[in-house]
Amino acid sequence: MQKDFILITLADDDEDDRMFFTEAFDELKINTIVNTVNDGVALMNFLQAPETILPNIIFLDLNMPLKSGIECLKEIKSNTRFNDIVIAIYSTSSSEDDIENTFVLGANIYIKKPNNFGKLKEVLSEVVTLNWQYITSGLNKDNFLLRL
Amino acid sequence: MINSFITFTKNPKKDTVLKLFLKTDTQFLIKKILEEKLDVFKVKYNLINNNEILFLETIDTETYNRITSVLNEYGFEIIENQKNIIVQKIKECIIEMIFNDEAPAVKSSVYLADKLNHSYGYLSNIFSEVTYTSIENFIIIQKIEYVKKLIIHHDLTLTEIAFKLNYSSVAHLSSQFKNTTGITPSAFQRILKKRVQINNQNIN
Repeated sequence: MQKDFILITLADDDEDDRMFFTEAFDELKINTIVNTVNDGVALMNFLQAPETILPNIIFLDLNMPLKSGIECLKEIKSNTRFNDIVIAIYSTSSSEDDIENTFVLGANIYIKKPNNFGKLKEVLSEVVTLNWQYITSGLNKDNFLLRL
Repeated sequence: MINSFITFTKNPKKDTVLKLFLKTDTQFLIKKILEEKLDVFKVKYNLINNNEILFLETIDTETYNRITSVLNEYGFEIIENQKNIIVQKIKECIIEMIFNDEAPAVKSSVYLADKLNHSYGYLSNIFSEVTYTSIENFIIIQKIEYVKKLIIHHDLTLTEIAFKLNYSSVAHLSSQFKNTTGITPSAFQRILKKRVQINNQNIN
């Protein structure tokens, strides 16, 4: 069996959420290598460090101290070095305007934070599997929009 | 692990014979050779059990060929996964099927089995194992991607697209789009248009 894997960076200031996500990733069929950062500033520092191997997907909490998810999204999208990274926003908000706005700003995925572990696993599995098809089948990432 | 004892005979002075007994650790040697040869390419990788190389970045074809030829020189053979080759063929077949205006008169399962000379069960098992998704789902993903392209680049209406891709109705197309992406085709179109506007503003 080949060793496929997806590199994931998770930015969330809530320790419990970070734990839930990491555990959920561990249980997916596709292998994932996950690293976590605690806020937006840490995320940008991580991405800009020259020795960093850039992730395939960034999961970005909208509400973070120091630098919000939206600010990170804008910064990431304005740097061509990060063109290949898929951005998944997640939040407890489900306001239609918020959602459409993040897509317009360049997010690929919008996840309404599920309130139980089983559902979270399902959602993440869908994201990672679909992303895998984009990576392996040469689909156009600019058209990758997914709302869960 | 195989330990080979190599006998070295050397003759530093005419009258004394020096004999060295060496012990080699083949695993160590393999690791050392792979590292030495791979480091030259300045790509990030992990060695797994000395028989798998996991590249942590994309390798272009030219580099790939250079790496294989260097490794071949040292007796490493690259085993390409047979399953991957079949999956690649299935994907090509599906894409051809979708992009071809003349839809095949048979069901896609029959079409694939026929074209690739394997039973559909066999194909679908391998496909799921390698791609983590089913053939049916992959066909839907590809179709929806094609719909997106048509919406953006050809300004076709949904009715025209539904007809072109053999959907039974616009409603069917719309609901499949919504089910796959979570958004409606018109929201998709609106978002992409706004993105273009923002990009243009940034350029000006």
